[in-house]
Amino acid sequence: MLSFNILITVALGYVVLLFGVAFYAERRAAQGHTGWLRSSLIYTLSLSVYCTAWTFYGAVGYAARSGLEFLTIYLGPTLVMIGWWLILRKLVRIGRSQRITSIADLISSRFGKSNTLGVIVTVLAVIGTTPYIALQLQSVTLSFSVFAGDSGPWTAQDLSGTALWVAVGLAAFTVLFGTRTLDSNERHHGVVMAIAVEAIVKLFALVAVGVFVVWGIASGPTDILARIDASPIAEWQVNGGRWVGLTFLSAAAFLCLPRMFQVLVVENADEQHVATAGWAFPLYLAVMSLFVIPIAVVGLDLMPAGSNPDLFVLTLPLSQGANGLATLSFLGGFSSATSMVIVAALALATMVSNHVVMPLWLGLRPQGATVSGDVRRVVILARRISIAAVLALGWLYYRMSGGGTALAAIGLISFCGVAQVLPALLGGIFWRGATRFGAAGGLLTGFAVWAYALFLPSFGAGGVMSEALLAQGPFGIGWLRPQALFGIEGLDPVVHAVLWSMLLNTSVFCVGSVLSFPSPVERLQGAQIVNVFEHSSGPRGWSRGTPAAEDLLVMVQRILGSRQAQTVFEQEANRQELSGYLPEITPDFLERLERELAGSVGAATAHAMISQILGGAAVSVEDLIAVADETAQMMEYSSRLEAQSVELTRTARQLRDANDKLTALSIQKDGFLSQISHELRTPMTSIRSFSELLRDDDVSDVERQKFAGIMHDEAIRLTRLLDDLLDLSVLENGQVHLNLQDGNLRDIIDRALVASKQDASLKVVRAPDHERELLHTDLDRLGQVFINLVANAQKYCDADRPTLEIAVSRSEPDVFVDFIDNGTGIPRKHQAVIFEKFSRLSDQAAAGGAGLGLAICREIMERLGGSVTYLPGKGGAAFRVVLPRAQALAAQ
Amino acid sequence: MNSRTPPEQRPAVFLERTSYRRRRLRDVGRLLPFIGALLFLVPLLWNAGGETRTAMAMVYLFGAWAVLIALAAILSRPLKTRDDVAQQSNGPD
Amino acid sequence: MGRRVLLIEDEPNIIEAISFILSRDGWTVHTHSDGETAAARVRKDMPEVLILDVMLPGRSGFDILRELREDKVTNALPIMMLTARGQTKDRELAEKLGVTAFMTKPFSNKDVLSKVRALADA
Repeated sequence: MLSFNILITVALGYVVLLFGVAFYAERRAAQGHTGWLRSSLIYTLSLSVYCTAWTFYGAVGYAARSGLEFLTIYLGPTLVMIGWWLILRKLVRIGRSQRITSIADLISSRFGKSNTLGVIVTVLAVIGTTPYIALQLQSVTLSFSVFAGDSGPWTAQDLSGTALWVAVGLAAFTVLFGTRTLDSNERHHGVVMAIAVEAIVKLFALVAVGVFVVWGIASGPTDILARIDASPIAEWQVNGGRWVGLTFLSAAAFLCLPRMFQVLVVENADEQHVATAGWAFPLYLAVMSLFVIPIAVVGLDLMPAGSNPDLFVLTLPLSQGANGLATLSFLGGFSSATSMVIVAALALATMVSNHVVMPLWLGLRPQGATVSGDVRRVVILARRISIAAVLALGWLYYRMSGGGTALAAIGLISFCGVAQVLPALLGGIFWRGATRFGAAGGLLTGFAVWAYALFLPSFGAGGVMSEALLAQGPFGIGWLRPQALFGIEGLDPVVHAVLWSMLLNTSVFCVGSVLSFPSPVERLQGAQIVNVFEHSSGPRGWSRGTPAAEDLLVMVQRILGSRQAQTVFEQEANRQELSGYLPEITPDFLERLERELAGSVGAATAHAMISQILGGAAVSVEDLIAVADETAQMMEYSSRLEAQSVELTRTARQLRDANDKLTALSIQKDGFLSQISHELRTPMTSIRSFSELLRDDDVSDVERQKFAGIMHDEAIRLTRLLDDLLDLSVLENGQVHLNLQDGNLRDIIDRALVASKQDASLKVVRAPDHERELLHTDLDRLGQVFINLVANAQKYCDADRPTLEIAVSRSEPDVFVDFIDNGTGIPRKHQAVIFEKFSRLSDQAAAGGAGLGLAICREIMERLGGSVTYLPGKGGAAFRVVLPRAQALAAQ
Repeated sequence: MNSRTPPEQRPAVFLERTSYRRRRLRDVGRLLPFIGALLFLVPLLWNAGGETRTAMAMVYLFGAWAVLIALAAILSRPLKTRDDVAQQSNGPD
Repeated sequence: MGRRVLLIEDEPNIIEAISFILSRDGWTVHTHSDGETAAARVRKDMPEVLILDVMLPGRSGFDILRELREDKVTNALPIMMLTARGQTKDRELAEKLGVTAFMTKPFSNKDVLSKVRALADA
């Protein structure tokens, strides 16, 4: 009897070997020597994760109980692999071009990057896979217990303790080699290498035991055939339903199992490998299955009745004293179990972190993907925690189930569960009419039927479903009996569940897809995925957003790590011939970036992140049209039209406003011109008339003198008008050149009074002492203003004894000069309009001016940086001139 | 069929020998899994007739399996060397 | 000859000029320079010819013209409009309102005379 301790040592040694292989492979890959890692042999071997401990141990047990039926589990995958050109090739191509990281990612991405679907598939996968992991743990612990015979049969505690250790070890391995970095391709060279080694070990072990049995125990093939004929399984009751149903089920599971998708599609390095694996993997399966019946038959023959046929692979050699072989066999079983758990944990962790954790985390962070926290670290942490959680769940399930034979049946139940993804998967890659709505409906329906008809009843009558429920259906409704739906009795439960779940799943999927309308992103993804062989480029997702290249680099660094991010950006810069600088953000570059990111965080999350930065459109107008689908084109066209009409309305409104302004201005100008015309023509009329009169004979000298005088006056008036007009024009157009000088306010007022020919008719009251104010301004212009105001007072003050008060006051930083007369002032309604051109309020005769005076004053004051306004409430007409003190106003 | 047909399989004016043969080989490749399924269904017929001997069934099944594998192996070379126009992008391996 | 002209105009120099020209020709020239009371003055005076300026303080000449034309009494009165604004639409408006003659400033003395004579003869 083999010492248990030696076994432990061997096992640990083997584990260390595996770690070493994985480590070595990773290092070589990091150095770039990936040639041999990319060989099709490795790819084919990695597919062997399909053969778990259920294969290694359970197949023999299955065969011992039911004959050749166990083959169905391998015939299904064989057919799928032989038909690689049909399905697998397309899956791999899609996986590469869309950088798919998991089956949930594929479903989610195909149906419009919908995270809901991703979550559904992830949950389904976790629920389906957990029992299977428990099965592996059970197998390993059972195999340990076989060798511990000398210290008595193990207690349940020993078993679960071992299982715990195994689970912890597996978690460690997976975390170590599965989550060291975030490879944008999601390739895990170390893991794949270790799996390949395990594949060889388990094949070798099983074949060795087989050879031992056929030639060691029996005497060759003919003897074996005779033995088969004489064994309890000589006559094989072929259950047709099960034969077909299980073959179909295994084929479906082969495509949909998360671990299979991982090694088939995600870890695929070269599409050509698929062609090789198309025949090589069925060969592997055939060789693995070849010796199962012989071993079962011989075991049934030689082993004591009642011994567990599942363990014949171990117990047979042991019973014949072939301890070395038994150890090898043990390692084979160990390899089978551990490779499954590692890859499954990795695949599930990827799905959970990409579709559950990351969207949650992103959603909880309103600031978006660039701010706060290292996304990469979060992703890796999420992966690690997910791996531990998955293994913990498996171990818990194992403990709850008591490790009994109930687990064996779980294999098929698990297959049926994950197979629910099949309609959405195949529909998604072959049917452009498949929609998210249909897929979700189908998935949920299939899941529900599976749970109701297979999963829950598997806990036994009284487990979750009561005896009565199973026998008579819910509320006594006979045709809703969980295992005899719609009255179809007598079907094997598994086949029954497969039939109904697939039927209903597919129906809901088809009907749902036909009845619903996909979103533009869905249609784009649909076209690209279904027609993947015609489209060489990846999903075109981006319009010309304007994130700065730096922002983008920061975000990408956070996810891919600074080295890789910088490499990507450098490459792009070189491609754009901008070496040394940051590349331009073009749509192509954004596509590439999204692909890179998708490899790490999943397509939906990458899309969301870049959307957040761009702050907008997920699909560009040009790209949608490029899909060349009529309806998509029309949809896009109509929304474009809408956008254009909105734009047009806005432009029209702006034009209307501008037109209104121009019209108003034009009216103003017309008014102004006609005013000027009037003002010019009026003196001209006098001049012309009187000049004609002067030529006449019958005009007296007195009259002649008078007429000449009038003409003279009018000529002057005309000239003054023209001067004012010109002045005003110059002031308004800002062409005035200001002559800035220093001067005293008092002097300016003095000069103004002199120049306005202030005579005795107007009495001026001043306080010269207060007028001592140093100014730096255009003194002449200021004087002009003062002259005008004084002249106005002279002309218009209608008091008996006209008095003009000139008062100076200060209010930091301004100086106020007030001109107040004692007349009746200007009525309120005219107070604003007096500063307008040509406004004259009273009798023309007294005016003598054209009404431009105050307009000119206002312009001048504005140019000087001050103002002139009317002061109400002073009794008479009061004008306030505001001067900024010692200001320097440069002429523009 | 239209959207999945690779460009060179769309009807051409001339049917060149090699490309024709290649296309026929592809058709065989597509048919092979269905042939395999049929082969594997045969044991069902036996049971309908009479009893099935496990030994015979086993020999038959593994024989059929071997044939399928051989056919697939033979087809894999021509099917693999000529791929579609659109070559996939390579990962940075 | 005893013909009466009423001149409604606010510019004193123009009043002077037109008065001189017409009275030299034998017309009796009455003048009025306020717009608001102009219509009343016309009805009171009832001259042979009315010369009406457009720009008047208090009321526009067009307004006065409209009122006069609406009034039966003054409906047929020959009215000549005088304006310093040279725009076509002024002329059109005046004609629409029923003016008999139209003259822009500055004018020639001969024109004034001949037009007024014509208006009186019509």
